[in-house]
Amino acid sequence: MSKHHVSATVNGDPVEYLCDPRETLLDCLRDHLGVMGVKEGCGTGDCGACSVTVDGRLVCSCLVLGVEAEGAEIGTVEGMGTEGNLHVLQEKFIEHAALQCGICTPGILVAAEALLKKNPDPSETELRYWLAGNLCRCTGYDKIIRAVMDAAADMREAS
Amino acid sequence: MKYHKPKTFEEAAQIAAGSNGVTRFLAGGTDVLVQLRSDVVTPDDLIDIKGIDGTKAITKRGDGGWDLGVAVSGAEMMEHAELKRDWPGLVEGMDLIGSTQVQGRATLVGNLCNGSPAADSVPGMIAAGCTVSITGASGTRNVPVEEIPVGPGRTALTKGDVISAVHIPPRGARGGDAYLRFIPRTEMDIAVVGCAVNLRLDGDEISEARVVLGAVAPTVVLVEDAAKAIIGTALDDGALDALGATATAACNPIDDKRGTIEFRRDVAAVLAKRAAKIAYSRAKGGQQ
Ligand SMILES: Cc1cc2nc3c(=O)[nH]c(=O)nc-3n(C[C@H](O)[C@H](O)[C@H](O)COP(=O)(O)OP(=O)(O)OC[C@H]3O[C@@H](n4cnc5c(N)ncnc54)[C@H](O)[C@@H]3O)c2cc1C
Ligand code: FES
Ligand code: FES
Repeated sequence: MSKHHVSATVNGDPVEYLCDPRETLLDCLRDHLGVMGVKEGCGTGDCGACSVTVDGRLVCSCLVLGVEAEGAEIGTVEGMGTEGNLHVLQEKFIEHAALQCGICTPGILVAAEALLKKNPDPSETELRYWLAGNLCRCTGYDKIIRAVMDAAADMREAS
Repeated sequence: MKYHKPKTFEEAAQIAAGSNGVTRFLAGGTDVLVQLRSDVVTPDDLIDIKGIDGTKAITKRGDGGWDLGVAVSGAEMMEHAELKRDWPGLVEGMDLIGSTQVQGRATLVGNLCNGSPAADSVPGMIAAGCTVSITGASGTRNVPVEEIPVGPGRTALTKGDVISAVHIPPRGARGGDAYLRFIPRTEMDIAVVGCAVNLRLDGDEISEARVVLGAVAPTVVLVEDAAKAIIGTALDDGALDALGATATAACNPIDDKRGTIEFRRDVAAVLAKRAAKIAYSRAKGGQQ
């Protein structure tokens, strides 16, 4: 099976990898590039743990092939904040205890950031629909919703 | 599995025609990758159509209709205010597919060609009178969407056929469309029944109508009797009852954990009436 050579950027940094055409972008990020913030929950588009942006568009990386990412700009949770300099969303997730095991968290952060870029002032209903494809087995969702709404309010004030 | 990224539809059709094994086209991949992943279908030749010029374009034609590229995602349709204003029912059917993440990739043509009787965008396309261009060995032909599905998971496309564009008719004056589905949850589920209605008014009376049901038969079905039941009426109670009865009569559903035969027949009538009312109010200029 011939491998494909792919060049893309991840969080602004140029990357290259060789992949089998059957490998998903999720596999490539984790196994070839060591980007471990991208999680695999289901592998079939249902849980959102693997959420990333591709050219600014929120997608499940388990439903994109690695070869399809040629030339693409990929965004993951690693691009949102650093340990000493967290994104407001990350701070609010800690403050509101919006995570327990943490498997769903990177995907939800990436998804929430994508929404706030599009709409800085979403209603709670809009937010709940936007995140309908991000499953969480631990928190019961309410804390996640409160954390994102609170972060959105802070971000609006700061801008 | 071999991955191809042709530059033209002719080339895509040739690769498919020349393949000795299983071929799939790759649009948004939200069906293809799930099937690949769960070992249901591993194509020998996977033909990505997103490298072909124009596949991401949404274009308003001179006659007021629309041409959509075959890689346009649901999210891109939702973000197109003018398309949504013309065809809210068609766009909302597409918008019901999956999550935000799935919307970022899923396409109308992928939904159509996957061949599910419960495909949410297909009733709206048929109600609107959409056609698709098919590029095959003998050139390109234009086919109404209702002729594409032939059974669960099966389409009228033959080896080497690739859909190269979607055409939506001009909205024209005093027209409205709507799509509703019933699911046991509020998001992320498969339709138990879906119904699209598209109609046009002359004064208060319906002069043209198309009623389409999903998930109640082996394919999405265009129900001509249901259209007849409301044409020439102002959608009064008698017309609504007749519409409901024809919708129920057109059902040939399965019994499964999502809904019994009896339930699906009943819900088909309810959704047909509700969708007709929304389409009617939109045709009158209402926002609903
Ligand atoms: C989590 C999740 C939720 C979902 N929810 C829904 C839902 O609520 N309602 C619903 O209807 N569907 C749903 N789906 C199914 C799927 O998202 C839709 O059917 C989608 O529209 C498929 O489009 P695609 O572009 O991703 O297709 P792809 O996966 O790229 O292709 C699907 C099929 O179409 C064929 N094809 C694609 N393009 C062409 C072309 N140009 N010419 C000829 N054949 C072509 C392919 O060969 C393949 O057989 C869901 C899927 C997931 C993963
Ligand atoms: S791992 Fe991709 S959606 Fe679950
Ligand atoms: S914190 Fe465990 S799945 Fe969400």
